[in-house]
Amino acid sequence: MNLILFSAIWGVGMMLGGLFIKNRSAAKNMALLGALLLTSGNLLELNGFAVFKSDFNGMLDYNRFGLLYLTVLSVALIFYFLLSGKEIEAVGKHPFEYFALLFFVMSGVGLVALFNNLLVLFLGIEIISIPLYILTGSDKRNLKSNEAALKYFLMGAFSTGIFLLGIAFLYGGSGSFRLQDLMLQQGDQYIVLLLIGVVLLLISLSFKVSAAPFHFWTPDVYDGAPTVFTSFMATIVKAAFFIGFLKVFSGAFSGLSENWRPSFTIIIVLTLLIGNITAVYQQSVKRMLAYSSIAQAGFMLFSVYASNDLAEQSLLLYAAAYCLSTIGLFAVLIKMNDYTFEGFNGLAKKEPLLAFVASVCVFSLAGIPLTAGFFAKFYVLSAAMKSGANLWLVIFAVIMAAVSVYYYFRIIAAMYFKEGGEQVLVTTPVYKWALMLVVVLILLLGVIPESALLNWLVLY
Amino acid sequence: MTLLLLLFIPLAGGITTFFLKGDKQVKSWSLLIALASLAVMGYNLYAWNELPKTYSVQWLPLLGSSFALKMDGTSALLSLLTGLSYPIIFIATLRNEYASVNRFYGLMLLAQAGILGVFLAADALVFYFFWELALIPVYFLCSQWGGEKRIAATFKFFIYTFLGSLFMLVGILYMYYQTPDLSFSLEAFYDLRLSAAQQSWLFWLLFAAFAIKMPVFPFHTWQPDAYEQSPTAVTMVLSALMVKMGLFAVLRWLLPIFPLANVQYAGIVIGLSIAGMIYASILAIQQDDLKRLIAYSSIAHIGLMSASLFIPNNSALQGAIIQFFCHGVNVLGMWIVVDLIEKQTGTRKMSELGGLAQKSPTLVILLVIVSLANIALPLTNAFIGEFLMFNGLFQYNVWIAAAGGIAIILSAVYTLRMIQSVFYGTTNGVTEKFINIAWNEAVGLSIIVVAIFMMGLYPEPVFRLTADSVTAILGFIK
Repeated sequence: MNLILFSAIWGVGMMLGGLFIKNRSAAKNMALLGALLLTSGNLLELNGFAVFKSDFNGMLDYNRFGLLYLTVLSVALIFYFLLSGKEIEAVGKHPFEYFALLFFVMSGVGLVALFNNLLVLFLGIEIISIPLYILTGSDKRNLKSNEAALKYFLMGAFSTGIFLLGIAFLYGGSGSFRLQDLMLQQGDQYIVLLLIGVVLLLISLSFKVSAAPFHFWTPDVYDGAPTVFTSFMATIVKAAFFIGFLKVFSGAFSGLSENWRPSFTIIIVLTLLIGNITAVYQQSVKRMLAYSSIAQAGFMLFSVYASNDLAEQSLLLYAAAYCLSTIGLFAVLIKMNDYTFEGFNGLAKKEPLLAFVASVCVFSLAGIPLTAGFFAKFYVLSAAMKSGANLWLVIFAVIMAAVSVYYYFRIIAAMYFKEGGEQVLVTTPVYKWALMLVVVLILLLGVIPESALLNWLVLY
Repeated sequence: MTLLLLLFIPLAGGITTFFLKGDKQVKSWSLLIALASLAVMGYNLYAWNELPKTYSVQWLPLLGSSFALKMDGTSALLSLLTGLSYPIIFIATLRNEYASVNRFYGLMLLAQAGILGVFLAADALVFYFFWELALIPVYFLCSQWGGEKRIAATFKFFIYTFLGSLFMLVGILYMYYQTPDLSFSLEAFYDLRLSAAQQSWLFWLLFAAFAIKMPVFPFHTWQPDAYEQSPTAVTMVLSALMVKMGLFAVLRWLLPIFPLANVQYAGIVIGLSIAGMIYASILAIQQDDLKRLIAYSSIAHIGLMSASLFIPNNSALQGAIIQFFCHGVNVLGMWIVVDLIEKQTGTRKMSELGGLAQKSPTLVILLVIVSLANIALPLTNAFIGEFLMFNGLFQYNVWIAAAGGIAIILSAVYTLRMIQSVFYGTTNGVTEKFINIAWNEAVGLSIIVVAIFMMGLYPEPVFRLTADSVTAILGFIK
């Protein structure tokens, strides 16, 4: 609750601040302060101190997993502001408003992580989406940005409609919106209505997490949006939708897993295949990262698929690993003038630290041991295997992981083994320290994932 | 504790090397580190009746994985090979110039830590960690300091081995869920009683990773390119040490866990290995580039070892384990010679070389000894290993032993032909300016020659060191 409350208030505060504070660069510091506030508030709640104790008649559920997940995302937000705050200010004329919108998104994220009622989930998804439509189009003079915003808005509205229809069917079948009442079983009355509801929710949530074949908006929107906001959408927002997905399917609908798992398997296979294979052919790193985010979503879908005791652990770890690595890589990318692979040529010579950080992030995304990404992939595959997933599905996933090495390592090859590039990158000491901190966290999660993160979930 | 030190020295040494400056400083520091790790290894061997040594510390308790190391006779032998190779490599390539020398030597030492980790790991997850980690520094070394086509060749190598390791990871995960108390430890895996059906496909998941690393025909296609394009110091690490990772993994992680599948598939693996031997030998005869020639000759030697590992008798296994060491030492000698020829003449093509014997008699004597060891002449170390392996092969199947024998004859053909075309004949414009061998290369080669004769004349200590592992393996198979 702390996080939802604080982010809403801070968002309003920042909006008002825009009216009175003339110094543009105050926005970034104020936002950073807000992110710290969110994180500490959330940590306090994790330890039993909440400003506001009500659960609104069972609408919200302050479980440990949800709160810990929010902590991970708010820490990611701190890094996002530290690394990209300057670029957010530089997007347009109204820096305070961009930050305000980002805080509104965070309060939606809080709702999605803590919901206990499908209506709250719906509210959360909408609160996340609407500011994002605006942020996507925030580069007003750029046609691509406009197009992306429109496309995102139309497709998003469509998927929202499907989501509502699904809720309606579920309500029709069970008479409730609460997750506890939606613990569906095979022999339920009105099973047909419930199943239709499940399918509709599956479609609309797949759309939100950009799983194939509902992914078509992703590359265009990620490519068209200002790069800073792509970084935000691809990480924190995507991870937030995944916890909603997990709580609905792996939680409430696990009794019907026999019914939805076959279609889910197809979604996973398509997502991994399309994400990875298409990423191989990209020439722009930004677009490659858009497809790679689809591919990574394919792995996260395994946690939802597994719906066992490892599902929560694996998603938590994956979200942490993926958010940190992607934010780190985007932070380096944003500094470039040239977003093609050639733009990275010779970076190791000019900026050894940036090249090193980018390599660690790339290793983590590819799932090389000693980085967080390895254990993330390890846990999701382990969860899938524990749930009795078909072994071929797991083998297919690892083959796709090997494919992903191809496009990820092109960045490393460009940075370290190729000459050229006269770009001058403007960096600050704070930026560099933040990058180092990202690396430390990635390595920490890659060596001792249990003491660094998972023990907090399991041992209490 | 000494086991941990064995990993820690190259790891810490490698990281500190990144921050050093100056050619001389970096080289002497890394040599010091390599010698220190050899000393620790020497101490381990000195107290060899304490073997098998183990070390274990809690790592991921919820998951059931601990940071467990175990040094038995075979891993002691291979660790010794690693400990010995590094100083030799550093001494023999002392005069090589590298751009950003601190990074080069730092990565070399990190690779050493990874390789030693593979030889010592007694927990499947730790094993997987080191298996992958050994690869990363080598990837950077080859891609940055290699030949013209280095990026593509290394990339092929990387993707190949990475895919293999991922298959292995799936296999490990599956076995993990079969252990009664969910553990990754070696003992738990040894206690598994998998059904014949499970074994038959798990075997291939793991063997794929190992076969790519060795490499066994037909998974070998990355190897000649990678060897040719890598800087020679790295090629030495690749061929003397990294291929042993695959062979050793078969011994520790495959044979004891899948006894039924071994019997079932031994024929296929042995057939592939022997076919690979002949195939690689024929290709070696046709090579003009010295590096490629040795690369193919290496595939042939590895083929014999991988075939012997799957023959369940004392002689073949013992021979293979001894040959792990001998092949490592001999191939190192070959690479040192290639490196110094290339440095002085600027070419590796046999057709452009000739008459070096007149210019450098010392080099010829040393090289001929190493080459004769390469074709396993009696009195040299490789004879012991190859004789035992052939003895085992013969007991297994006469025809297969005969086919293997052809490959040995072919190996004499290409090795002697190489000596002939590089060292005899008349000098030409390229070789005219060749000066005698430098002191550091002479030291490196002399150590190797001493090792060759020592093991060729008195292999008894090695037999005693590895006898336990052989009996243990045979116990699992029966």
